[in-house]
Amino acid sequence: MTFRIALVLAAMLLAAGPAAAEVSDGVVKIGVLNDQSSLYADLTGQGSVLAARMAVEDYGAVAKGLKVEIIFADHQNKADVGSAIARQWYDADKVDVIVDVPNSAVALAVNQVTRDKGKAFLVSGAATSDLTGKACSPNTIHWTYDTWALANGTGNAIVKTGGDTWFFITADYAFGHALERDVEAVVLKNGGKVLGKVRHPLNTADFSSFLLQAQASKAKIIGLANAGGDTTNAIKQAAEFGIVRGGQNLAGLLIFITDVHALGLPTAQGLIFTETFYWDMNDKTRAFAKKFAERNRDIHPTMVHAGVYSSVLHYLKAVEALKSDEGIKVIEKMKATPTDDPLFGKGTIRADGRKIHPAYLFEVKKPAESKAPWDYYKLRATIPAEQAFRPLDQGDCPLVKK
Amino acid sequence: MIPLLGIPPQALFGQLLIGLINGSFYALLSLGLAVIFGLLNIINFTHGAQYMMGAFAAWFLLQYAGLGYWWALIVAPIVVGIVGIVLERTMLKRLYQLDHLYGLLLTFGLALILQGLFRNQYGSSGLPYAIPPQLAGGHNLGFMVLPNYRAWVIGFSLTVCLGTWFVIERTRLGSYLRAATENPALVQAFGINVPRMITLTYGFGVALAALAGVMAAPIYQVNPLMGSDLIVVVFAVVVIGGMGSIMGSILTGFGLGVIEGLTKVFYPEASNTVIFVIMALVLLVKPAGLFGRAQ
Amino acid sequence: MVLFFVVAPFGVYPVFLMKALCFGLFACAFNLLIGYVGLLSFGHAAYLGSAGYATAHAAKVWGWPPEAAIVAGVAVAAVLGLLIGAIAIRRQGIYFAMTTLALAQMIFFFCVQAPFTHGEDGIQGVPRGRLFGLLDLNQTLTLYFVVLAIFLIGFLVIYRAIHSPFGQVLKAIRENEPRALSLGYKADHYKLIAFVLSTALVGLAGATKALVFQLASLTDVHWTMSGEVVLMTLLGGLGTVFGPVVGAFIVIALENYLAQLGAWVTVVQGAIFVVCVLTFRRGVVGELARLIRRPL
Repeated sequence: MTFRIALVLAAMLLAAGPAAAEVSDGVVKIGVLNDQSSLYADLTGQGSVLAARMAVEDYGAVAKGLKVEIIFADHQNKADVGSAIARQWYDADKVDVIVDVPNSAVALAVNQVTRDKGKAFLVSGAATSDLTGKACSPNTIHWTYDTWALANGTGNAIVKTGGDTWFFITADYAFGHALERDVEAVVLKNGGKVLGKVRHPLNTADFSSFLLQAQASKAKIIGLANAGGDTTNAIKQAAEFGIVRGGQNLAGLLIFITDVHALGLPTAQGLIFTETFYWDMNDKTRAFAKKFAERNRDIHPTMVHAGVYSSVLHYLKAVEALKSDEGIKVIEKMKATPTDDPLFGKGTIRADGRKIHPAYLFEVKKPAESKAPWDYYKLRATIPAEQAFRPLDQGDCPLVKK
Repeated sequence: MIPLLGIPPQALFGQLLIGLINGSFYALLSLGLAVIFGLLNIINFTHGAQYMMGAFAAWFLLQYAGLGYWWALIVAPIVVGIVGIVLERTMLKRLYQLDHLYGLLLTFGLALILQGLFRNQYGSSGLPYAIPPQLAGGHNLGFMVLPNYRAWVIGFSLTVCLGTWFVIERTRLGSYLRAATENPALVQAFGINVPRMITLTYGFGVALAALAGVMAAPIYQVNPLMGSDLIVVVFAVVVIGGMGSIMGSILTGFGLGVIEGLTKVFYPEASNTVIFVIMALVLLVKPAGLFGRAQ
Repeated sequence: MVLFFVVAPFGVYPVFLMKALCFGLFACAFNLLIGYVGLLSFGHAAYLGSAGYATAHAAKVWGWPPEAAIVAGVAVAAVLGLLIGAIAIRRQGIYFAMTTLALAQMIFFFCVQAPFTHGEDGIQGVPRGRLFGLLDLNQTLTLYFVVLAIFLIGFLVIYRAIHSPFGQVLKAIRENEPRALSLGYKADHYKLIAFVLSTALVGLAGATKALVFQLASLTDVHWTMSGEVVLMTLLGGLGTVFGPVVGAFIVIALENYLAQLGAWVTVVQGAIFVVCVLTFRRGVVGELARLIRRPL
């Protein structure tokens, strides 16, 4: 026994040097990490994998002689699973960039791992504005949207039309907290009041208890600081308890077209929210949506899918220009190059990793106004790119020089 | 209305009502567990998965056979009960001579298999199941709108629970069951087919779980994971009530549901743990449970 | 066994091995209770997770060096073990298992609510630091050998405990408690000591795991984690010395291999449970021991 211990200790002392294997750069390997089986599976899931593939095809990788591989995995909305997959992908599977990652808690964990390993991270699914705030990193770009943009768009619009008392029903994790915080700030800034808040676990099936509390508060607006299945459950159950008939209004702070589809227009009509992409905006987006839907069981692209497409496209352009896929350098090149793609149009990426493009305020059509499946939104307002996202100096991002 | 202890009565009664609804499910499920444990001395960890299968059966019936809720209430428990009987005959039977812990482990493994299979097929975010039209809508009670369906849940589960209690405690069939729990060899000597009774009892307990699942489908959404976190709470309920006591499970089920609801009003952070705290206290003071018989 | 683990990191992905080692220790500590004392604790995840949180918090928020953070984790787990053990020991068999499960569930909900655990987000970005100020744990290979050393220390403690007069008393209690009592052994005291020893070692595993993955999360306190350790021990062989390590290895490898297939992992785990309980009760190492007729 003693001899064995001595052997181990000796080995321990000898092994002091680095041991990570070298990453081969013959292939650009993209890892799509998202929720494939739970409440966010419809708005990200396999659709994001498809979006990444379409980006690689449209970029013309084969013609340009660049070898690109795409792999995917399910993080099951758990930070430990997500960070373990990211770690293994970077260490052992030679992945160069991870994209998508809905669920802000997982995104924050992957953000850290990516930074430690010097790779690249293009966030499309997660929302927390901390990714370009206190958790900002030179290896990460936050693409599609964030909680500040949602708060500024939706929150502002609702308060200005008279919704000045709020009650929050919040998903109890990083995203919910961030969204609640950002919307509360907007409400208070516009002279409104927050009458109460309640937190619910992620993936809650029964909102009855929380909705009753919201009802008892008599707030004019019940803000749903959650997403995906949680939001649709809350909205459906609110109808059961006669909340809207009782005079209160629901504000879905983060809604995707797949949610509207799940709810159906009769239930969802009148909901107002902010998104940065809608498939029916112009000819280019319609063309993309048509090709996407054909390969995705007719499910039309959400803004998250669009973000994956757009970010992968821009990434590949940067890799081609740099002739390298080294994490930090590619991110720098992406920040230095203005973006232009058929889905978001022209845009830029800031020093803190925030992609800038316009945001849109949508309202869900009434059933009579919709002429075809997935024809769900009407545009209420466009928020220009400069105003859509948090000003650069308000984020506490250490990368931003004051 | 005057607030009670600083809480407006709407909130209080509203949460109480929700507590009763939750309590109905606790009671139904713990009843099934208590029946199974009382006779077979097996902790049926698969109970949560069987509850989930009941809900899925209802969904299947609607999707593929066009049979609505009322059909599901009858068909689903029978189907899932039969699956349970098959399970008992093929696997559980072999463990009766062994330490009871093996029964726990086997049913735990079965629960994992069932949950995994359904999760693979259907994801974990839930399938919608509509409230039957006859029970849709609600009544405005003044302090809240009570959805009709939820009122039905309370009423129906009370009926089923009391009915089961009556059968077990007050009828001849029930007395055979109770006798077989105490002394199977003697009862068998009287010519009563004890193994068959055991099998049927297990099937009945499972059917109760499936019935709870069908009732839960319109409220909680049909979801492969719906049983997994619920089962631990139900275990606590059964332990508090007393493992072999039928009335004990019913009363504790409803009672704990109400206590949980009240905790949500006064001290929401503790609402998840209050049942376990009570369990720990009961175990310290009265180890056999509130209504249990010491073994 | 030692030789295998010394050579392995040069061929196999070290983080996978470290995970297997942590879970191996977890399973060995669990096995101490069920294999040698006959107590099935269905809530052992509580100690793994709370030690993880304590270590993560100590290392990240208080800035403690890794050795102190690990000690903090072990201490927390041991204290919890003492409290829960004192309540649960009063009951036998099934009731003991149910009690431990429910009390562990309480710990789970406490972790969900407590602000310092950050609920669903977990404690992220735990610094690994330098062990004793000398060994930089950010180097994977260094960390690996440290983890190996910790595992071996834990394993040794269990080994000595089993093959000692204390271990003999435990076995006596498991075989026939009334007789042990009549011989003058205070069975409850022995059981409690074994319980706390087990939870402290589980805490060691949890603390180390938090440093390896730089993350402490709710998964480690959830009751499904308790089920996993039962699976590992059952598969490896209840009451054998090397069984839990083998079991842990197999289960972790399976999870890794099947990870792409999502929920099949749970199905396979369940199937292994069922097969083991029905036909393979001695587990891998147990069957092996029977074949070569030597205790393993």
